Amino acid sequence: MKRLFPILSVCTAILLAYALYQALVVAPTDAQQGDVYRIIYYHVPSAWTAFLLFFINFIASIQYLAARKPSTQAAAKWIVIAIGVLGVIACFLPQVQQSLPTGMRPSAVATTVLAIPAFYFLIGKYFPAERLDVLAVTTAEVGVVFCTIVLVTGPIWARPVWGIWWAPGDIRLTSTLVLWLIYVSYLVLRKFSNSAQTQMLAAALAVFGALDVPLVYFSIWFFRTQHPQPVIGGGGSMDPRMLHVLLVSWMAFLCFAFLVCWSRFRLELLYREIEEGHAIESLVGSGAPAKASLPLGRRAR
Amino acid sequence: MNSLWAVTLVTLVKDIRLEWRSKDALNSMLFFSLLVVVIFVFSFDPLAEESRHIVGGLVWVAFLFAAVVALNQTWARELRNQVLDAYRVSPAPANALFLAKALGNFIFVSVLEALMTPLFVIFYNLRVLGPAWQLVPIAALGTWALVVNGTFFAAMSLRTRSREIMLPLLLFPISIPAVLGMVAGTTSILTGENSAHFYIVLLLTYDVVFTTACLALFGMILHAE
Repeated sequence: MKRLFPILSVCTAILLAYALYQALVVAPTDAQQGDVYRIIYYHVPSAWTAFLLFFINFIASIQYLAARKPSTQAAAKWIVIAIGVLGVIACFLPQVQQSLPTGMRPSAVATTVLAIPAFYFLIGKYFPAERLDVLAVTTAEVGVVFCTIVLVTGPIWARPVWGIWWAPGDIRLTSTLVLWLIYVSYLVLRKFSNSAQTQMLAAALAVFGALDVPLVYFSIWFFRTQHPQPVIGGGGSMDPRMLHVLLVSWMAFLCFAFLVCWSRFRLELLYREIEEGHAIESLVGSGAPAKASLPLGRRAR
Repeated sequence: MNSLWAVTLVTLVKDIRLEWRSKDALNSMLFFSLLVVVIFVFSFDPLAEESRHIVGGLVWVAFLFAAVVALNQTWARELRNQVLDAYRVSPAPANALFLAKALGNFIFVSVLEALMTPLFVIFYNLRVLGPAWQLVPIAALGTWALVVNGTFFAAMSLRTRSREIMLPLLLFPISIPAVLGMVAGTTSILTGENSAHFYIVLLLTYDVVFTTACLALFGMILHAE
């Protein structure tokens, strides 16, 4: 596993450079916006990556809360399966289809709903209970960074195209901003909370945040959006060459995010190991055997 | 189920009696929101027509800040003499404590709103153009939305450093849809331009979702060790 890290780093660097070249040189210039539109090759992949990371954080938090008792674990499993099945069926009912925003395809919504059980079981399979919280803090931190990129690049694009930096009340802008605010408060909570309860408090806050985002989206339902329609699963259309570059760029960003998450994950594990070592040392006293103290002597896995 | 309501009622009556004797939360909230109103009056000097558009926002910002003052004191009382620890080891249901605290805060903030609303009417020369009775469900649902999450997050921030600062940092981002519903609903009633039904439904949804979430997770927060 450890040898894979430098190889993946090199691959990611090459992929990022290739994506930049594609975005700046190969992709055709937009007929209406000119070259300014090229920022979407950074804006949109960052947004997708940030949402994916926040989604993983939510799933990891749910898993963490559910793993505390076997009975809640079993209940959570069946609830997630029920959400997957009912959600997919609901997407194809005519009443629900009518209430979807224009341009949003039911099949795209159904796929998104299916991601909930899929991620739930994947994360549950590959992450034991004590590592779920490490995964949660990792994805929250990296997600906030990507979400910040989205919120910075958005206004830079909007100023020349819309003539304003920010459209207050816009559904996408507001929900992204609120998502960012929630996860910043999540990180503040982790920073300010001492003791062993931090993990549980943070997981509870993540669940609250995830409940909040659909409500934010619902609350500004009536406001019109100026934001371009989504390219995938939405009503937006795009030149196939541009879409190709966008997907290449997304692959590069995903690899980069994975790499950052991976190193952050290892860092957090090491940090916790050191904390544990300190705790054991203070419990046993200074006369403790050396191997019970700091694990720094051995190499990180 | 019976014990839940019995414990809730006992705790609620105890809280109200304590508040009645000390009037700590209510006095500080009242004076605080009075200050906010006065500062707003100095900052904005609107015409009657303009004030209808902005007062919805001002009112709820003042109440939101004042509610945080009360919410911060919710659990402080239980920390003295280790009352919370005693509660933790007792067989009483955790949700009863939460419901009592949330209901108590709801009553305190409602009293505050009832006392402060006339002041806003006087300072801003308000005249409601829409159906005024709809302000009551918006105020009730909006207040519950604030206090239910506020009580939960106050319990959560008990376990953090500098807990008085933590509460608004946790509460405000989560409350954004509720605040938006209250402000937009109040404005549409004051101006009489739009129907407020959508916002009442929004606040109701918010209340149901977050009351359920709070009740589901509060036991875990209380017993977290």
